[in-house]
Amino acid sequence: MIVVSGLRKRFGSHTALDGMSFAVEPGQVTGFVGPNGAGKSTTMRVILGLDAPDAGTALVAGRPYRSLTRPLCHLGSLLDAGALQPGRTARNHLLWIAHSQGLPSRRVDEVLERAGLQTVARRAAGGFSLGMRQRLGIAAALLGDPPALMLDEPFNGMDPEGIVWMRQHLRGLAAEGRAVLVSSHLMSELEDTADHVVVVGRGRVIADTNIAALLKTAAAGRVTLRAGASSIDVAAGVLEAEGASVSRTDAGTLTVTGLPAEAVVTLLTTRGVPFAEISSHRATLEEAYLELTRDAVEFRAATGSEAAA
Amino acid sequence: MSAFARLVHAEWTKFRTVRGWLIGMAAAAAAIVGLGLFPGMEGTCGSGCGLPVGPGGEEVTDVFTFVHRPLAGDGTITVRVASLTGELPPDGPGKEPQPGLVPWAKAGLIVRSGTKQGATYAAVMVTGAHGVRLQHDYVHDRAGKPGGVSESAPRWLRLTRAGDVVTALESADGTSWTGVGTVRLKDLPATAEVGLFVTSPMFVEGIGAAGASSAPSLATAGFDHLTTTGGWQSATWTTERIGGTSDEHPIGGGPPPGPAAGDASGGSRAPAGGQAPGAEQTGDGFTVSGSGDIAPAVAGAAGLGTTISQTLVGTFAGLVFVVVVGAMTMTGEYRRGLIRTSLAAAPRRGAALAAKATVLGAVTFVVGVAAAAVVVTIGPGLLRDNGVYVHPVSTATELRVIAGTGALLAVAAVLALAFGVLLRRGTTAVTLAFVATVLPYLLSMTVLPVAAGAWLLRVTPAAAFAIQQSTPQYAQVEGLYTPANGFFPLTPWSGLAVLLAWATVGLAFAAYRFRRRDV
Repeated sequence: MIVVSGLRKRFGSHTALDGMSFAVEPGQVTGFVGPNGAGKSTTMRVILGLDAPDAGTALVAGRPYRSLTRPLCHLGSLLDAGALQPGRTARNHLLWIAHSQGLPSRRVDEVLERAGLQTVARRAAGGFSLGMRQRLGIAAALLGDPPALMLDEPFNGMDPEGIVWMRQHLRGLAAEGRAVLVSSHLMSELEDTADHVVVVGRGRVIADTNIAALLKTAAAGRVTLRAGASSIDVAAGVLEAEGASVSRTDAGTLTVTGLPAEAVVTLLTTRGVPFAEISSHRATLEEAYLELTRDAVEFRAATGSEAAA
Repeated sequence: MSAFARLVHAEWTKFRTVRGWLIGMAAAAAAIVGLGLFPGMEGTCGSGCGLPVGPGGEEVTDVFTFVHRPLAGDGTITVRVASLTGELPPDGPGKEPQPGLVPWAKAGLIVRSGTKQGATYAAVMVTGAHGVRLQHDYVHDRAGKPGGVSESAPRWLRLTRAGDVVTALESADGTSWTGVGTVRLKDLPATAEVGLFVTSPMFVEGIGAAGASSAPSLATAGFDHLTTTGGWQSATWTTERIGGTSDEHPIGGGPPPGPAAGDASGGSRAPAGGQAPGAEQTGDGFTVSGSGDIAPAVAGAAGLGTTISQTLVGTFAGLVFVVVVGAMTMTGEYRRGLIRTSLAAAPRRGAALAAKATVLGAVTFVVGVAAAAVVVTIGPGLLRDNGVYVHPVSTATELRVIAGTGALLAVAAVLALAFGVLLRRGTTAVTLAFVATVLPYLLSMTVLPVAAGAWLLRVTPAAAFAIQQSTPQYAQVEGLYTPANGFFPLTPWSGLAVLLAWATVGLAFAAYRFRRRDV
């Protein structure tokens, strides 16, 4: 649906894209995640033919976007929900886009209804809240009934109700068999939404994996142990002796890796070491993501401070 | 629907759904109509105002002193112009007239169908500063030998009528003759009025770009060695002031020597001085004084009234609104990031820009044509009701001025659009468009010296205002051919072509940048 391969782009001395490659498959929501400045928006602009890459290709339905005759019937996109002429009504905003693709005005009413904007269709878009603008942007992306959709930070600035709406909507679009690419700088926003995730940093792909596999690797069997001040050092010694790695989180807490929770309980009970609580830690998507991007963020911070100096 | 037609449809939907653009276009039309129909211009010209019309249908000035005899059939008249002197208006109130000749003071021989103003004619003459000329039917002018008349160098002139062909000759000594030219007057009757004439046009001075003063001048020629051959009907010469009026003879002058003919019209007032138009017989000739002109009538300060061009003075104000809308339709998209939505919908950028230019140009053209049509159809009537004389023009000229005004606005809007693409910022693009199109016009209409203003109106996009010129400029008529009087340095179509060239180059450059730039 959307295939990006080997994209490179420099803005002056700054490398925005450094060999970005991935594919967006139909029937699922693909999260496009990375810290700010990782190249997500640049990649999306290149896919839409707005920015020209120095190298590499981005294909939509097997062709460069610029060569599509009715592009919005192949790929619907929402880059910036605020990109509106404030005096133009929501309906007229959709109408000119529809006319550019040769679509009838009936399509406009259909997508307005789908986005829940019928009641405000004849109001100037300049007075819309961010949430309503996002809905209008989604409506515009759906005008051409495209098999692929691409949304840049659609959750930004949305209220909880809007986020729920957006998640359901994205899931629904994927369930219809569309390829959906959603960027975010917060992995947590994609929890329960994305099926697949492309994690990027420093202009290239760090991980391209489905969510289930990512969570599995990140979980990595960490155990948190809380015990009294008198016994905590003993417990640490016993566990280390069995090959676990132990770190002291605070005065009464240890984080243990390398041993499953059941083994820790058995060991401490057998040795008669008292403890207050043992909990097996379940990794969040956010933690998995932070782990993956740590290198990229550190690199960025380091180069940033060099540049500042 | 083709891909381009879809884009044009989308751009039209975009344009009509922003109230600001519609208001801008309505304001442009209102400025053109408002300044055209409510100029507060008043004059003293009643229903009797009007100019005689020449054989070609054009308005003419036909005022001169005529010493004539009827000639039946073919014949020849020869005369020596021994002297040509004149009076210019005083250079201040209460002062005496100064001696001198205006460049187009005329003295010579003329053959006419009659004494009615606007009659077909051919004349060979000595002029104040343009040598010997052969002129006919008001608008046609051919040069003979240069030089004036002095006592040491008199000029001989000869006019021969043979059928409808009139031949003019000149000589320095009355023996050796040189042809000046031949003209065919197809409407010359069998019996024509032939004789001597003297006239002297208004003395015109420009004051800055817009101001002007004009006053009558007088010329006096000493004719001698007058001889005629052929079918001359009467032995006596009749002196007549064609186009003169009896109540206008100057202080200290006698009554006009001949019966006054013609109706009241511009340019016939005689200068306030010691001499008066008239003729006095001498030994073998006449001394003839005259004031006026035999020439096409020219509008403006030197002439009588105004032209439809001047009713369209509001065009510049309309242009201000039009270039603002033109630039902002593009810079507004940049400002809000809407350009990305536009180019996602229409990724072929050259076509996208062409569609935008097409819609903007078409809308502006329609608005401009409508506004100009209202002004040109209604404006002259209102001015005439206020007593202002408006030079009539042909329907073709009206159509050219109306359509040209629309084209001027449309092409300027597209140029502003190109500036919008190149600069991407509303304030800079609008400023540049204003400086390129409106400012040169305003400067040359107001404060700039005529030469500097003319230069601006040749090279800048404002050259296109020439399309609004409605009355022609004549080399043989001294006039204030300034933009403020409705005259432009370029011909109408070449002026429009200058703007078109600017817009074409601007749009091509804009398209080049637009296609390569990241947005």
